[in-house]
Amino acid sequence: MLLPCVLFPLTVLANAGAHLDKAPIDASNHDSLQRGARTFVNNCLNCHSANYMRYNRLLEIGLTEKQIKDNLLFSGEKVGDTMKVAINPVDAKKWFGVAPPDLSVEVRARGADWVYSYMRSFYRDDTSATGWSNCVFDPVTCKVSMPHVLYELQGEQVMNHETHQLTLSKPGKLSVAEYDALAGDLTNFLAFMAEPAKQQRNHLGWVVLLFLGVLLVLTYKLKKAYWKDIH
Amino acid sequence: MTNKKTVEKKSAVANAFDAGLNWVDARFPLTSNIKAHLTEYYAPKNFNFWYFFGSLSLLVLVLQILTGIFLTMHYKPDASLAFASVEYIMRDVPWGWLIRYMHSTGASMFFIVVYLHMFRGIIYGSYRNPRELIWLFGVAIFLCLMGEAFFGYLLPWGQMSYWGAQVIVNLFSAIPFIGPDVSEWLRGDYLVSDATLNRFFAFHVIALPFVLAGLVAAHIIALHEVGSNNPDGIEIKKLKDKKTGIPLDGIPFHPYYTVKDIVGTVVFLMVFSTIIFFAPEMGGYFLEANNFVPANPLVTPAHIAPVWYFTPYYSILRAVPPFPGVSMLGIPPSLFPGVAAMGLSVMVFALLPWLDKSPVKSIRYRGALYKKWLSAFVVSFIVLGYLGTEPSNVWGQFGPWLGNAERATVVARIFMIIYFAFFILMPWYTKKDKTLAVPERVTG
Repeated sequence: MLLPCVLFPLTVLANAGAHLDKAPIDASNHDSLQRGARTFVNNCLNCHSANYMRYNRLLEIGLTEKQIKDNLLFSGEKVGDTMKVAINPVDAKKWFGVAPPDLSVEVRARGADWVYSYMRSFYRDDTSATGWSNCVFDPVTCKVSMPHVLYELQGEQVMNHETHQLTLSKPGKLSVAEYDALAGDLTNFLAFMAEPAKQQRNHLGWVVLLFLGVLLVLTYKLKKAYWKDIH
Repeated sequence: MTNKKTVEKKSAVANAFDAGLNWVDARFPLTSNIKAHLTEYYAPKNFNFWYFFGSLSLLVLVLQILTGIFLTMHYKPDASLAFASVEYIMRDVPWGWLIRYMHSTGASMFFIVVYLHMFRGIIYGSYRNPRELIWLFGVAIFLCLMGEAFFGYLLPWGQMSYWGAQVIVNLFSAIPFIGPDVSEWLRGDYLVSDATLNRFFAFHVIALPFVLAGLVAAHIIALHEVGSNNPDGIEIKKLKDKKTGIPLDGIPFHPYYTVKDIVGTVVFLMVFSTIIFFAPEMGGYFLEANNFVPANPLVTPAHIAPVWYFTPYYSILRAVPPFPGVSMLGIPPSLFPGVAAMGLSVMVFALLPWLDKSPVKSIRYRGALYKKWLSAFVVSFIVLGYLGTEPSNVWGQFGPWLGNAERATVVARIFMIIYFAFFILMPWYTKKDKTLAVPERVTG
């Protein structure tokens, strides 16, 4: 019964993606990562868990253990704990229609540009259950279960249904540039969280390639020496 | 004085070594095996670039087994724990990310080196008499490898793992009569579930690696029995030194090809490392984005595609129209034709030794006709591979004049016909082809 789905995938829905903006990802910018971590813990972590991410991994973005304890741990967690969430998944499902997904590897599943664009594309929509829609989440229906958690900061956008452009109708606490920067820092942090070992991986890669480069010269000379009599 | 002392001391060590070796040799054929397979195994001296991929396949097999051992120490074959345990490996296990990326990249690299190894066999006629059995063992290794990759792909328990397994196991249910039972038996359930994950884990870490190791041993034993082919496709054993009995164009595998293969290994490791350290997802071809979403039996992904190394065959599966059924006779519609074509597209490689009727083995001495067919085959393999990664409506549809057929499906059908024609027509075009004279001795 599943085969027809495979033979004729309904990809029109998935591939008619909305235009995505380039996320300002910079894994070496610890200030940005720390700001993103604060935004994540204060806003996202109320509903979304990051069950594979330990708080003490934040040591790698320049925070001290004391800073983590004082600023990011609110309900008796230890720094070695993972970022669990207090919300009961059954309740969450009742309230939002769907349990908020774990965000540990969200950037690897969706891409940083998607997350960055998504956080900036909520708009007021009286026809939706939460009062918000987002065409990045679903380019066809623009429906999304998540309300715009950061609307106090961003303000309210409205969609011009003819041009498909978003315009700010009610300014928030932040200017457009400040909100974009906040979304950028948050995305940067989510990208770090999706693969904390990435920086180490990239650095080690150069060392390994340098070693193999030297080894290549040596082994090539060895081969030449052995083969000098073979014609 | 000191010099003499060290010489004496060294020879004492050497004597002890010889004594030890003699002790072993009296009980186990160690020296004779080293001679038979390394120091007195004479390989043609004209191996070129294409001959690196056999030893590289063995290297990747060893890497996969070693990294696999360390992964199984931390991986949990349980539907509720599997996804998290992979992330645990990626984050909390020391060097776990490196071991996991080596294993996931190794899977794709395995297919790259094996495909290049098979291509070498095809262009130089390495499957021809007397190497038919080597080729058949090789095809069996290839099938085993496909199974190994398929079972392993379920283990991370992401969306692509889950739905890929669901689709492939369902293919078996299209086999007439026994199909539904076979697919249920494979899954151990009515849908892919914890039971499936457990048995796929068993297949992946025990059953198939055992079979694979045995087949690789048989592949190499058969090779060393008849000796290696070479880019000229001539038998070096025909011309031997009268006194020593050593082939005139042969050189001992060790040290000549061991030192040469080390160079190839280092170059391979540079490519391998570049992927592992800088692009382990390979743009979604080695690790698919959707597989970072935990498996969810209730949400079917919009686009299910196998990993790149299966896509040529997957394209063939999709390209074949289903059997419409005969309602008057009560025969239901069936997807079996596509499944059968996909199976054939893999199995047909086994027939090559008997399909090729050319008087020469190597492409160097074949005519233009064979080269055209081979090129057409390579192009169709690549085009089918590309189309298999995309949804079948990727190029839109033809107009009503072609019944609104999907362009990509029509193209896949054309290339599928070329793919099979390469094999089916081989006896004809290899006989008709104008070949060149083959030299007595190998030509560099």
